[in-house]
Amino acid sequence: MVRRIEKDATRFKHIVRSQIRKDLKKYISRGELIGRKGKNLVSIPLPQIDIPHFRYGIKERGGVGQGEGEAGAVIGSDAAGTGPGAGDQPGEHILEVDITLDELAELLGEELQLPNIQPRGASRIVAEKDKYSQIRRTGPESLRHFKRTYKEALKRQIASGTYDPANPIIIPIREDKRYRSWRTTYRPESNAVIIYMMDVSGSMGAEQKEMVRIEAFWIDTWLQHNYKNLERRHIVHDAAAKEVSEDIFYHIRESGGTRISSAYTLCNQLIDERYSPAAWNIYPFHFSDGDNWGSDDTQECVNLLRNSLLKKVNMFCYGQVKSAYGSGKFIKDLQEALGNEENLMMSEINDKEEIVDSIRTFLGKGK
Amino acid sequence: MNLTPELNYIREEIEGYARGYGLDFFRVIFEVLEFDEMNEIAAYGGYPTRYPHWRWGMEYDHLSKGYAYGLQKIYEMVINNDPCYAYLLHGNALVDQKIVMAHVFGHADFFKNNYWFSRTNRKMMDEIANHATRMNRHVSRYGQDRVESFVDQALSLENLIDYHAPFIKRKESMRVSDLEEQKEETPHARRLKSKPYMESFINPAEVLRAEEERIRETTRRRKRAFPEEPEKDVLYFLQEYAPLERWERDVLSIVREEAYYYAPQAQTKIMNEGWAAYWHSKIMTEKALTDDEIIDYADHHSGTLGAQPGSLNPYKVGIELFRDIEDRWNRGKFGKEYDECDDMESKRRWDKNLGLGREKIFEVRRVHNDVTFIDTFLTPEFVEAQKLFVYGYDKATGNYVILDRDFHGVKQKLLFTLTNCGQPHIEITDANHKNRGELYLVHRHEGIDLKHDWAQDTLKNLAAIWHRPVHLETIVEAKGKLISFDGSEITEEPIKPESEPAPQAPEQ
Repeated sequence: MVRRIEKDATRFKHIVRSQIRKDLKKYISRGELIGRKGKNLVSIPLPQIDIPHFRYGIKERGGVGQGEGEAGAVIGSDAAGTGPGAGDQPGEHILEVDITLDELAELLGEELQLPNIQPRGASRIVAEKDKYSQIRRTGPESLRHFKRTYKEALKRQIASGTYDPANPIIIPIREDKRYRSWRTTYRPESNAVIIYMMDVSGSMGAEQKEMVRIEAFWIDTWLQHNYKNLERRHIVHDAAAKEVSEDIFYHIRESGGTRISSAYTLCNQLIDERYSPAAWNIYPFHFSDGDNWGSDDTQECVNLLRNSLLKKVNMFCYGQVKSAYGSGKFIKDLQEALGNEENLMMSEINDKEEIVDSIRTFLGKGK
Repeated sequence: MNLTPELNYIREEIEGYARGYGLDFFRVIFEVLEFDEMNEIAAYGGYPTRYPHWRWGMEYDHLSKGYAYGLQKIYEMVINNDPCYAYLLHGNALVDQKIVMAHVFGHADFFKNNYWFSRTNRKMMDEIANHATRMNRHVSRYGQDRVESFVDQALSLENLIDYHAPFIKRKESMRVSDLEEQKEETPHARRLKSKPYMESFINPAEVLRAEEERIRETTRRRKRAFPEEPEKDVLYFLQEYAPLERWERDVLSIVREEAYYYAPQAQTKIMNEGWAAYWHSKIMTEKALTDDEIIDYADHHSGTLGAQPGSLNPYKVGIELFRDIEDRWNRGKFGKEYDECDDMESKRRWDKNLGLGREKIFEVRRVHNDVTFIDTFLTPEFVEAQKLFVYGYDKATGNYVILDRDFHGVKQKLLFTLTNCGQPHIEITDANHKNRGELYLVHRHEGIDLKHDWAQDTLKNLAAIWHRPVHLETIVEAKGKLISFDGSEITEEPIKPESEPAPQAPEQ
């Protein structure tokens, strides 16, 4: 039965969705959703959905409470979001709605008009899966289908006249027994790996990393939506590269010089070791401020890209965030050398407002 | 689902006890609901059918999540109607159902007998269903988006009602004699007392003439004033005078009627819950509990009455105050002699064996609302025993901190948060502002500013209904301000604080 409230609940969801969609660009550039991510849900504050009234601000209002404590004792705080005494006063909590990451990705896709990703070589990568969808007459007792067995026994007993409605005891014999059985199905599987690389040399400041982090959040969300099985690896580099955990990735700060080729070499190595292009969709993302140590190293990067990386990956994305110290030359060099490679995406991110455009550049091709 | 035979047996038992104690209620119909049905009905404010609106969906979403995460569970719900409808949650333990039933009879008695509920529609079940039908008709005729956005605008003003309006005789019933009274009176300027030879100095003729002229002018203005007196029932005023289509007027009247129906419940939150808690406790501990239920009962009872640190639980304050009143009237701790006694020790031991307690609390539940309840019966001893305190927001640290535990402070703050149901006092003073049909509202500022962004948004909604510019006179950070919305943009202008005693007829 469809219950009455479903209609209102659907309406509410619709309003939430359109409100989020309207404000999506704001959410993207402010990055405020990152801390609000649970396993599958993001909780989004949407105070503008609430119906406004003439009412007092809670902060100014104060009130009466009950309990222990001397004058001056703290009973709640803004930071913890625990205003006191607001229990039965409606509308004083900030309205937050939870939406799934999948829904968020859909909204992102709709708003930025991102095409669905066509997994590379989807048909080549096949996974087996057993599905219990059949019934057999033989099998292990652990798979016995109780209902079917009972039915068979009942049929037999009625047909043979041994069924007594006054004493309806059903005793199945061996011929009555039915067992669940499986069928193996083959489905194309799509595995993907994102390899994030970031320049952590001295010239990359907190602001630059914040931008990278925001962008990575949305890339994750989108690719997660498109690939069931998504892995993520993180590589940081200055003059040398190493693999780190996600947490360290965003917080580490080194002071050395910059050799981008070190990261590309490590990335290439990772792919060869673990992610065969036949089985994986591979997405390396590299963020730096565009400073590299000498043109020799840049040349080496170009060679690495042209000769190995670009042949293995779905696309290779390079995002150049603006910093006060970086020369921003690297993107120009890449453009010159590899400008006509189809699966090399490049974008410059000068401030947070441009993150949206950068995401569109990276994900807009549907690769 | 109706009551199972077992539950029905319990109901009869508990109802017997309740009547035995003198509780007097409409017939109570219990229904057993699954948790999702319970959430649905709770989202609809206790009614099985409401007009379509996303806000119910939002509430339902909120309740379902709270239930799914184990944060909250609705045990009981009861609606003010004749007969009373009450809902039990399927799957609750038997002892819980007993508590809930006893609690419900307390509410039912309160609904029927409390004066502030006396003007509520006792056939609200039908009325609310009618509202849904009417609203659905509007939706099918004018489209969901259009109706919905108008409902949103109307709901934005739903707290702009006059809580005493149901008890006020409406102006329509003006009699001819009222018209007689309005006859032109010659204005008399007040003269200062003087000796005859000083008269022309103390009361100079030109000053008297000017004063007479001023009086004449104000009377003239007042007569032309519209509304004649400041109107607090803003929804009523809009429903009568705003240039609206008929269906819009109907939507306004639905919103207003429902707001008035729910108003007494907001006005008597502490009393109503306190009364119900008092009776479930009485009935359970004196009559209905079996030995093996004691622990579960104690657990759930204390859960209901427990207060989170720093918050005020209406159940707790209510039940304790009712018990305190009963105790005081049993022992005669009231009246001149008691009040004038200075010796704390003998005050504490005071006992005249009057035994008037039970009678007194029944009287209290009949005539009081939360404001008068607290105003009349809150005592310094009670504030101390219940550890009540005033808290405030500390801007420097972003914390809420305890300010003090002084009786007068607590009482004043508590009364303030209860007065007008904690809603700001806002009224229409002029509906023809600047002689251009603009709507002028005054916020009677009582020391606390409005939530600013919401005030602006609400003003926009008001303008959408009034179809002319609207103004709100208020105080923001100790400075008089006139917030206006002319249909396209919000403007804010400082005004002098002297205009605080409402311009009956603002400057033309």
